Amino acid sequence: MPKLTINGNEIEVENGLSVLQACEQAGIEVPRFCYHERLSIAGNCRMCLVEMEKAPKLIASCAMPAGEGMVINTDNERVKKAREGVMEFLLINHPLDCPICDQGGECDLQDQAMAYGGDKGRYTEAKRAVPDKDFGPIIRPFMTRCIHCTRCVRFTEEVAGTSDMCGTYRGDYTEIGTYVEKAIETELAGNLVDLCPVGALTSKPYSYTARPWELKKTESIDVFDAVGTNIRLDARSNEVLRVLPRLNEDVNEEWLADKGRYAIDGLTKQRLDRPYVRKDGKLQPTTWEEAFAVIADKLNGLDGSKFAALAGDMVDAEAMFALKLLAESLGSKNIDCRQDGAKLDASVRASYLFNTTIAGIDEADACLIIGSNPRWEAPIINARLRKRYINHGFKPAVVGPNFDLTYKTDYLGDTADVLQAILDGSNPYAETLKNASKPMLILGQGALAREDGAAILALVKEIADKYGFVSDEWNGFNVLHTAAARVGGLEMGFVPAEGGLDTAAIVNGGAEVVYLLGADEIDTTKLGNSFVIYQGHNGDAGAQCADVILPGCAYTEKDGTYVNTEGRMQYGYKAVFAPGEAKEDWTILRALSEVIGKKLPFDNLVQLRAKLVEVSPTFATPDEVQPAKWENFGVKGDIAATPLTSPIHNYYMTDPVSRVSKTMAECTEALINPKQRTGTNG
Amino acid sequence: MLSDKDRIFTNIYGLKDKSLKGAQSRGCWDGTKGILEKGKDWIIDEMKASGLRGRGGAGFSTGIKWSFMPKEVGDRPHYLVINADEGEPGTCKDREIMRNDPHTLIEGALIASFAMQAHACYIYIRGEFVREAEALQAAIDECYENKLIGKNNVHGWDFDFYVHRGAGAYVCGEETALIESLEGKKGQPRLKPPFPAGSGLYGCPTTVNNVESIAVAPEILRRGASWFAGIGRPNNSGTKLYGISGHVERPCVVEDAMGITLRELLEKHCGGVIGGWDNLMAVIPGGSSVPVMNKEQCDNAIMDFDGLREHGSGLGTAAVIVMKKDTDVIKAITRLSDFYHHESCGQCTPCREGTGWMQRMMHRMVIGNATVEEIDLLEAVTRQVEGNTICALGDAAAWPIQGLIKHFRPEMEARIAAYQAAKNAAA
Amino acid sequence: MSNMNIQQPDSFEFTPENLELAKQHIAKYPEGKQQSACMPLLDLAQRQYGWLPTAAMDVVADMLGMAPVRVYEVATFYTMFNKEPVGKHHVQVCTNISCWLRGSDDIVKAIQETAEIQTGETSVDGLITLAEVECLGACSNAPMMQINDDYYEDLTGEDAARIINDLRSGKTPKPGPQNGRNGAAPLGEPTSLTGDA
Repeated sequence: MPKLTINGNEIEVENGLSVLQACEQAGIEVPRFCYHERLSIAGNCRMCLVEMEKAPKLIASCAMPAGEGMVINTDNERVKKAREGVMEFLLINHPLDCPICDQGGECDLQDQAMAYGGDKGRYTEAKRAVPDKDFGPIIRPFMTRCIHCTRCVRFTEEVAGTSDMCGTYRGDYTEIGTYVEKAIETELAGNLVDLCPVGALTSKPYSYTARPWELKKTESIDVFDAVGTNIRLDARSNEVLRVLPRLNEDVNEEWLADKGRYAIDGLTKQRLDRPYVRKDGKLQPTTWEEAFAVIADKLNGLDGSKFAALAGDMVDAEAMFALKLLAESLGSKNIDCRQDGAKLDASVRASYLFNTTIAGIDEADACLIIGSNPRWEAPIINARLRKRYINHGFKPAVVGPNFDLTYKTDYLGDTADVLQAILDGSNPYAETLKNASKPMLILGQGALAREDGAAILALVKEIADKYGFVSDEWNGFNVLHTAAARVGGLEMGFVPAEGGLDTAAIVNGGAEVVYLLGADEIDTTKLGNSFVIYQGHNGDAGAQCADVILPGCAYTEKDGTYVNTEGRMQYGYKAVFAPGEAKEDWTILRALSEVIGKKLPFDNLVQLRAKLVEVSPTFATPDEVQPAKWENFGVKGDIAATPLTSPIHNYYMTDPVSRVSKTMAECTEALINPKQRTGTNG
Repeated sequence: MLSDKDRIFTNIYGLKDKSLKGAQSRGCWDGTKGILEKGKDWIIDEMKASGLRGRGGAGFSTGIKWSFMPKEVGDRPHYLVINADEGEPGTCKDREIMRNDPHTLIEGALIASFAMQAHACYIYIRGEFVREAEALQAAIDECYENKLIGKNNVHGWDFDFYVHRGAGAYVCGEETALIESLEGKKGQPRLKPPFPAGSGLYGCPTTVNNVESIAVAPEILRRGASWFAGIGRPNNSGTKLYGISGHVERPCVVEDAMGITLRELLEKHCGGVIGGWDNLMAVIPGGSSVPVMNKEQCDNAIMDFDGLREHGSGLGTAAVIVMKKDTDVIKAITRLSDFYHHESCGQCTPCREGTGWMQRMMHRMVIGNATVEEIDLLEAVTRQVEGNTICALGDAAAWPIQGLIKHFRPEMEARIAAYQAAKNAAA
Repeated sequence: MSNMNIQQPDSFEFTPENLELAKQHIAKYPEGKQQSACMPLLDLAQRQYGWLPTAAMDVVADMLGMAPVRVYEVATFYTMFNKEPVGKHHVQVCTNISCWLRGSDDIVKAIQETAEIQTGETSVDGLITLAEVECLGACSNAPMMQINDDYYEDLTGEDAARIINDLRSGKTPKPGPQNGRNGAAPLGEPTSLTGDA
């Protein structure tokens, strides 16, 4: 714990901090461009120069370890002059295009020029200009504005692991870019826009769209995967124009995956903005009253066993809960939130949660990935795995799809017999697990959404038990979900009751009336004989086969609760109003319940959430993870020799929103199709 | 003047047999084992006592530098890295050692490596020195064949010597840039701390020494520290390879004593300044990175670290660049500004942007297309670069211009006035 | 500075001989540190192909387990890697201070006139590419130039023209000082190492 003096005040800081961090702890702001706490230290911008007693030169505070007895000055004339010099150098080759630059208003260079910039330019020589480049559908580069801080180079090298960016040539000819023109290949590309301290890397889909001060900011939760990334929705008038990550060290640090950031243009396309009913085989616009009347008529006298409900992947817990209660009030046991038919056991929490927690990855010393491609299923979690790989050198092993996860892995095979061999100790990886003190495994939906899923679950549990994955302090058993709604559904028991129909039985036509709540990832071909009610926001597979369409809200248009793959319950808030006549989802169900004479026991969100808490304590503790008890689960049985695969075949298109997103279509064209054409995917 | 018996580099012009046999006949590899047997502490103490200061430009005590290495080898191996990235304009001495007297260097590398407990040494030779690398490699091969180096060699200290060629980047002469380059990366200087002795090549304890510093070590240890320390002035001892270029009658590389006067050096070995001593305008005494001296300073300049510091310049690499009276000194310094602009690695802001700014202004100064106030701006820009960069290249880019303004401001102002006059006449 | 407008070959492959040399280079460096061989391998590729195409950088990246961008950085940082084709004889005239003081302008001019090219260009016969370069470390033998691997020193304009003409007519001019000096010894009578040792 070194003690140092900063601007005359003594401060004691933790070991391992830099002088810059020590200054921050002392409440002193140190300007910087290249320094970023999640990236390696470059020390190149020289903006953070401070004076250190006994050092002949000023020192870069970001790179100097805080040491005992150091005497630091950050605010004298010498330091100020040096920073002004650096600022002037940065500006001499920076274009004066702030009025048309998307970074305007949130530009580090602009902000710091207020403090350290001169009142007039002294540079009269020719300015540098860099030709336009193409970095693909996400990033729009203006490299003439680049100040060479190399944050982007370090991000793609260290965090993303795709090494897209580099600095070629040298001196003031240095060019930051890809050298060979190509699209940035990471699923985390949008973070480059956040990292870039100037307007060199801007968001292509958001180009020239808005000024930051025009935007209304609303906190929310990303629903394009099950990570529960904390986000901020920036809206103007009634449109969400961009999505940015919010800091949450336990979940997404400060990253956001590209689908969550850029699929939002899909929210303005193929929207269900009014109710429809099918008449003469065709969906016809109608009123809410008529739509409810048609449903009421259909339900009138229907035996509860003939009613079924499926919950989709992006719906909020409140809507699911309302639907669950509605189904129960009708006497139906046929409800399921597992559209993919995953053999998840809702009765044992530990069997379906990411028990290690995302932050817990930082402590793991071995990792077995089973039937999952985390890079596409949860890019943020994959980045966390990579971080562990970089910091600790741990090398995950993979059973399942052989995909480039951006870190080195031991590839063990793609069939479940490998798991058997690990269990009986005949696979060499068993040795690694035996020696690990905090081993973890990641079980993907690719291993569970199959006939023998429950047997695989049982087998994996045996591995976990045998190799000490679970102790009082550590739970290394993890299920990685891909659906934002899934764990919330499991927590409230949105699964068939004893004797009820599951997804497979329901889509096979086992029910007369099927209520699809945002459920589109199902095979609808056999639903022809069922009366289908579709409630949701985008016209996709579910709406196409529907007899009645009830227009609901997207996550940006309602307050909602989501439980991520860890079992962490988080709230999202309404940023904009839903289009047309669409209504918030729980209110639709509440209204319908009244029409059919089964009035649900709540009149507002607060009452509804109070009921949710009664069902599961998870809903009582926002932002936290309640550890799950380690109990028995899985059903031993035969396992087929078919390969374990990932459920995601194109990261950029996985749901009704991203499938109609123009940006996601462009990403597919630029990043997925070329590889599938040459067969080099994975 | 130094007598031949005190010269370390006895074949610096390559006139004698360059082979191992030839080198041995001149005293190389004589009693090397005995030197090692005296132990690493004795070697390092002797090097300290000799007063040898690094010959690469910075002039830090070689013996003390060696003593910075961890005393015992831990879990990381130690490395010696020899800096043969000779690229400082005016400097051409290490080339002569490598191509003509390579055994002094190889023997020195073995001894230095032993003293620092390194079993491997990499020599980083600038890429353009293809023939020099070949000559050195041939000598290394001979040493391996004769078991002077390698595993189980006759000296009892396993030692491998590897040649690594650069590919055209002056900045790799900076020791941490050199290490980066040797690791297969861009040659961009590292932030210090950590220093190489703690974490250098591959993160291991490393010492980087100049070719000449290593090559003189065996003879110092053979003849004794006091012999070396007895040449030259206190704290500036020994012999030195000088490289003289520019406006002298007979430019050359020559080994002479530290502390020789500039005038004697030029007149004894180079036939003097073209047109005589009084035709001298300026000298850059230590390679392009040190400030230029005017005639008055040259009149009584002593060629060693302290002697040149007295004149606000430095010994640097002892690369003496001589300019006679009719030289366009502004253009000469502008050529150096072009050089630093070309060689800036681009990593840190002041150097990346400042070298370009300075170079562009200097080009205007050459023709006088500037205002007198812009001379002050130019000076201010050099001060804004100086001291604020990761490595010394920024300083090196600033100093020649500062020296120019200090000593030749009247010439700059006259150039500006002439340009204005011509412009006014044309208008 | 980007050279992406240069016609690039689709692929590059080391010859078996060069592959063997590449392995020798890699073997100089400790286990796991094969990235150190990046520059030697790029040099090898350039010697084989005449210049350094992107495909060769990719091959080197693959051989050394490096991300391709890291090799691009290296290949573009160092001036000796030619990212575009050069003539059979790459004539690089030092024009830095020591050479300039002793007439490098005349050398450049003589070559421009003899080869009928400007600096940065390649002669129509594809034999001569002229470049002006930074200090080549032979300052006491100024002015000088490097042609491929050899130094030609103590030049006059006539010497430079003669050397270029010799190269164009298929002759091999003798490298080193062109004025009869021995290496970096002063011209004429020696001033040291006269034999009194």
